[in-house]
Amino acid sequence: MMQIAVLSGFVLAAFAPLLYRWLGQRTAAIMALYPLAIVVWLLAQWPTVVGGGDPVWLEMAWVPGMDITLTFFIDGLGLLFGLLIAGIGALVLVYAGEYLRGHPDLPRFLVIITAFMMSMLGLVLADNLVTLFVFWELTSITSYLLIGFNHTDLSARKAALQGLFVTVAGGLALLAGLVMLGVAGESWSLAELATRGERLRGHDLYTPMLICLLLGAFTKSAQFPFHFWLPNAMAAPTPVSAYLHSATMVKAGIYLMARLQPSLGGTELWVVTLSLVGGVTMFTGAFLAIRHTNVKKLLAYSTVMALGTLTMLLGIGTEGALIAFVTFLLAHSLYKGALFMVAGILDHETGTKDVTAMGGLRALMPLTSGVALVAALSLAGVPPLLGFIGKELMLDSVLGASHFMALLLLLAFMAAILTIAVAAVVALRPFFGEQRQTPRAAHEPPLAMLLGPAVLAVASLLLGLVPGGLDRLVGVTVAGIGAARAGDVHLALWHGINLPLLISLVALVLGWVTYRRWDRVRARLAYLDPLMARGPEAGYDAVMTAIVRVAEWQTRALQNGYLRNYLAMTLLVLVGLVGHAFFFRHAPQFAFSVDVYLHEAVVAGLMIAGAVTACLMKSRLAAVAAVGVMGFSIALTFVLFSAPDLAITQLLVETLTVILLVLVLFRLPRFANLSAPTERLRDLVVASAFGIMVTLLMLAVLGGERLPRISDYMVENSQPLGHGHNIVNVILVDFRALDTLGEIFVLALAAIGVYAMLRFHAAAPGGRQPTPRREEDDG
Amino acid sequence: MVKSGTLILNVAARFLLPLQLLFSLFLLLRGHDEPGGGFIAGLVAAGAFALYLFAFGLTALRAMIKVSPRDLVGLGLLLALLSTLPAWWQGEPFFTSQWWTIPLIGYKASTPLIFDIGVYLVVLGSVLTALTALMATDRDPEEA
Repeated sequence: MMQIAVLSGFVLAAFAPLLYRWLGQRTAAIMALYPLAIVVWLLAQWPTVVGGGDPVWLEMAWVPGMDITLTFFIDGLGLLFGLLIAGIGALVLVYAGEYLRGHPDLPRFLVIITAFMMSMLGLVLADNLVTLFVFWELTSITSYLLIGFNHTDLSARKAALQGLFVTVAGGLALLAGLVMLGVAGESWSLAELATRGERLRGHDLYTPMLICLLLGAFTKSAQFPFHFWLPNAMAAPTPVSAYLHSATMVKAGIYLMARLQPSLGGTELWVVTLSLVGGVTMFTGAFLAIRHTNVKKLLAYSTVMALGTLTMLLGIGTEGALIAFVTFLLAHSLYKGALFMVAGILDHETGTKDVTAMGGLRALMPLTSGVALVAALSLAGVPPLLGFIGKELMLDSVLGASHFMALLLLLAFMAAILTIAVAAVVALRPFFGEQRQTPRAAHEPPLAMLLGPAVLAVASLLLGLVPGGLDRLVGVTVAGIGAARAGDVHLALWHGINLPLLISLVALVLGWVTYRRWDRVRARLAYLDPLMARGPEAGYDAVMTAIVRVAEWQTRALQNGYLRNYLAMTLLVLVGLVGHAFFFRHAPQFAFSVDVYLHEAVVAGLMIAGAVTACLMKSRLAAVAAVGVMGFSIALTFVLFSAPDLAITQLLVETLTVILLVLVLFRLPRFANLSAPTERLRDLVVASAFGIMVTLLMLAVLGGERLPRISDYMVENSQPLGHGHNIVNVILVDFRALDTLGEIFVLALAAIGVYAMLRFHAAAPGGRQPTPRREEDDG
Repeated sequence: MVKSGTLILNVAARFLLPLQLLFSLFLLLRGHDEPGGGFIAGLVAAGAFALYLFAFGLTALRAMIKVSPRDLVGLGLLLALLSTLPAWWQGEPFFTSQWWTIPLIGYKASTPLIFDIGVYLVVLGSVLTALTALMATDRDPEEA
């Protein structure tokens, strides 16, 4: 059901350009009906999942032979994420249709963002580890395409590549981690693994598994020191930032950690790593945010802060912390999505992203400023908004942390101050104060652009006023990710006068002071710029430069265009690897006494004579003829050992080789002896080593104890299973057809390669052909 | 440069071509039970066209086969891939062979045969691509 919906979503994405041709600018709004329908469907599951506390299972096979399923299961966490993805997705589509109105690439945008939406839904609903990974990588790829949407902009392309490299490198680690998880837990189902926590935590692979999985999660969710890609990803159009880089994709890592909490959580390693990394990320994000005047960067760094907070809460891992986690997650998605869309409105209507260039817009865009204010109050954690409840719960659980309580509290306190300042900068600076001249004359945006942020801001407010509506959802979610009971969770605005409230009050005052002195604070922080230039991003750049250097070096060393060097390298590696396995892993027994008939000896002698002659000839034609003698002798051998198919093939190949050579020979320069005697000696050594290696292998195969021969199976089953008497052909087209398929693809590629090389050669008379021809043709 | 051939070669090529092509089809169809098969048959056919190419030249060959050899390669790959689909339809694993008997002539058709025809076309197309590309560099680069 849901699987079909997700897969059909990809089809819908593919048809977006066609729809656009029919429907024009309304396409985005009409396509938004699709995620809206998913929201309705998910809400229909609410009574079962949340009311009854039973996950909904949607079984579906994919690759049964390898235990890979497309089964979806919807529990509290899945439902929460699903609703956020589809709900905000629908709003973002409506918003984007207006934001990118008239943009020539709008159809392309709709394709990618719909594909992303479906990947993300698959990611949070999948039960199977492999399926989860597939959707995970799909989100990385679609995110790459979206960041680089303005592909003519160099910095956008660079940012896209950076995001891709960081998340995909993490994705590789994740794959390793998931495989270890599946092996250690003896299951590929997340739901089953959740019940096997004891075994997993005691397993030998626990530490490497955890490190790999966390690397995947940390890179995806922009945790320190991988946080730098997220602010750079702001090169994407603002609807993308609102959707991928605040509300959904960057939370995939968080989702994974929450999902694994019951399987892997609770150990010393888990608690220490997650709380420390999360705490540091939280502070770093808030601290870096305050340095920027670009409204999108401000919001991006404050997203980093929120992601750090979520990780830290998972690390603390108490029931209170998990309740705080779920509440904070929901609150953040709502207000941050709204704020990003407001940022897009500001950019769209004023023509600048710099908050210091705006001022007094309240009079010109009263609705927008109202929405921004509500969302920013939630970000700052001011009652009666949902963000306040989330922050209070967060502070409360930090106070209950078992490790590094004091440090985490300090980080949380400072992050809270800075976040309040950021919220004030975003919501007050552009709208209040004296009016300023902006590049474009500002006015209220079209309704479609206001709808999204308004809905999210109102939701923040309503859920803050009536938090009781979330009790069951939060309770079921928390029960699903660790805490034992579905719980009597009661979210409330007012908890009485307690320590978290006092901390909040002090932070509010200090945050306000920071905001008032923001210009001076920024000027002071500018002294730190040289230090910032040496941050983790410099490390990323260094790694990328090093990779390019290594690639250049190995291309020069290995791919240097000399056929003889390729050959020598290939043969030596083969001799080395096979020789190592042969002599050090086995104790080969050689059968030196092989019966040889006279005619066999004659054929062998012919081959040797052909090879030696080919090496000594001073004329190309003679060398070709000598090689031909060798080829035909081989065909003769096949005949002697009754393999007519091989013999025919060999003969035909020899013939065609001659034809090809005839065509090539004319183009070659006169025969020249280009190699010095020492080089020829070197070649001799390589060739002899390879020959000896193969000979020894053959002798060992004849001498060693026989493994059960696969050919017996082929001979016996060729007729019953393959319906053919010609075993060779049955193997080629039936038993091993997949290999053959691969081979004909290689053959096709080779033909295309020859064609392309000759065509471009011919198409560039003199000009684009810098390679000296003599080097290429001399083999 | 390759000169379009002598009288004997021309006559021989003209008469041998259909025979060789028939022989290659024969090899292709009987390949499952007797020596032969798509790979060998493809090489034989390629050899036949090569002979024609040497006798009459590139333009004549192009005029005769009409389709581009590269299209043969693509068609072959497509056929080979399509032959994997019937098994999917039957709910059996990827590439499981399917057999049918054609009613009137009693010939047994199968997905391996379709696959083999794909191999045949790929081999033929690849060799012809290389041959014609090499010939074209001699004569008329802009036509390649």
